[in-house]
Amino acid sequence: MTTPKKAFPTHIIVFLAPAVIIYTIFMIYPLVDSLRLSLYAPTPDNPRVEAFVGLANYQKLLTDPLWAPRLQGAIRNNFVFFIVHMLVQNPIGLLLATLLTSKVVRFRTIFRTLIFTPTILSFVLVGFIWQIILNPLWGIAGDILGLVGLDAEPWLGLESAALPVMSLISVWQFIGIPMMLFSAALLNLPDEIIEAARVDGATAWGVFWRVKFPLILPTVGIVGVLTFVGNFNAFDLVYTIAGGLAGPNFSTDLLGTFFYRTFFGFQLQAGNPTMGATIAGVMFLIILAGVVIYLFGWQRRIARVEY
Amino acid sequence: MIRRETLSRDVQVILMHVALLAYTALAIFPVLLVIINSFKARQAIFRNPYALPTAETFSLVGYDTVALRGNFPNYFVNSLIVTLGALILIFLAGSMASFALSEYKFRGNALLGLYLSIGIMIPIRLGTVSLLRMMVDLGLTNNLFGLILVYTAQGLPLAIFVLSSFLQEVPHDLKDAARVDGASEYRVYWLVLPLVRPALATIMVFNMIPIWNDLWFPLILAPAEQVKTVTLGAQSFLGQFLSDWNAILSSLTLAMVPIVVLYIIFSRQLIRGLTAGSVKL
Repeated sequence: MTTPKKAFPTHIIVFLAPAVIIYTIFMIYPLVDSLRLSLYAPTPDNPRVEAFVGLANYQKLLTDPLWAPRLQGAIRNNFVFFIVHMLVQNPIGLLLATLLTSKVVRFRTIFRTLIFTPTILSFVLVGFIWQIILNPLWGIAGDILGLVGLDAEPWLGLESAALPVMSLISVWQFIGIPMMLFSAALLNLPDEIIEAARVDGATAWGVFWRVKFPLILPTVGIVGVLTFVGNFNAFDLVYTIAGGLAGPNFSTDLLGTFFYRTFFGFQLQAGNPTMGATIAGVMFLIILAGVVIYLFGWQRRIARVEY
Repeated sequence: MIRRETLSRDVQVILMHVALLAYTALAIFPVLLVIINSFKARQAIFRNPYALPTAETFSLVGYDTVALRGNFPNYFVNSLIVTLGALILIFLAGSMASFALSEYKFRGNALLGLYLSIGIMIPIRLGTVSLLRMMVDLGLTNNLFGLILVYTAQGLPLAIFVLSSFLQEVPHDLKDAARVDGASEYRVYWLVLPLVRPALATIMVFNMIPIWNDLWFPLILAPAEQVKTVTLGAQSFLGQFLSDWNAILSSLTLAMVPIVVLYIIFSRQLIRGLTAGSVKL
């Protein structure tokens, strides 16, 4: 222990205190305490008293026939949800950003403003909008698919289709985020580099893949990790469309809805805070793994280019 | 040869516009459909969903139901209080902390910066079980101030990150000149604050939409009728009227239109803020 020679300046403490206190009390403490709770369980004699049980909750979640299938289902669904976003949302977002930063395109601001509109709406509104658009009673989806000779089905009620359709609704809503991040990155590229490539006779396609894309790789990583964290934390859209039970037959259950259902209870099952905290612990580990892979596997290898 | 090249270039440009038009239609068609049909009588909604309301089909019956049964003005006020309250706290506490972190060299500076940035990637929702218990103990459930504090904690990490990178660009001469004139450190902070106004736009964009639209914390921490936010209010109201199409369409429109109008007015600033902020990421 070394004691500082001078007293810590008061004004620094005053500047830091509000943020550090609010952040510590309402963010860090609940996160840490929730991880602690995941190691506790109500005692059989008195359910109000919680006792330390080590990793028993995690073991139960992974092996108990009542819990394990739900956990595996939620994790599997969550990966499907994430993969749909990576394969549909981010490439289309990049394509739109490329079009919107091209100098030959007119009305760029209007296009950008309109395409970003769904992103400012809440999941609740988006969920209900698509529920009624896809409702066979109204027949909008049938009319549109009829144009290309397809039939509409009540997808949100079909076990096989509900999850992909719900993922696509989420993509529809959030495409604005990768679009904006990629646009900002593309606009930031210096004109000289692109001009130089063009003078060398490269086609637009070649300029994009050989020059622009490698230069925006840092943004590709940021979009990827933001998508991952957002998807593994998703809850609102499924809850709005399919309720806490994430139907039909749990086919749209994500970790977020599984967490909510366990913690808060549903229908006849009472809420279970310590098992809820355990699911939050699993989500924490998954998100942490994603962030660590991004920070050490991706960001470290991609040199940031300063112009 | 040259003619053929310009021709294919023209085709390319046309195709680019067609692609953008097609995607734009996909993005706004569902929204427009809801708004248009909210002003029609029930029969017209089903018989001719794509037509604009005419003198015969025009009807406000859905809005009557909402006015009679819903509590939307109250929900709006709640959402406004929570969103503005959290934004102000995030900006004040965030700018003070960023000023300290970027201005002074003190022991533990880097470590504190790291500590404050954990929350950028780890979602606050994962601590909900303990957060709810704590809010119950503090008597902050069903309380708008409780929500404000939670959203402030959620927004601070990214705000501090963005503000610090803006504050580092403020020239030293300016601050030193103020100090030579005998200004206190608090005064220097106050003088510097207006210079990071572009960061304010970024912080608003990154926080306003997620806070206004959040369902999770209102549902868990403040579900009582008198403190419901618009998002939760719309969610529970819509759930009761699943077969009343007029009521669904008009409550969706009511919940959507204010934020869409605000967005259209401020979209330029919003997009500029998003762009400025994301370059710093």
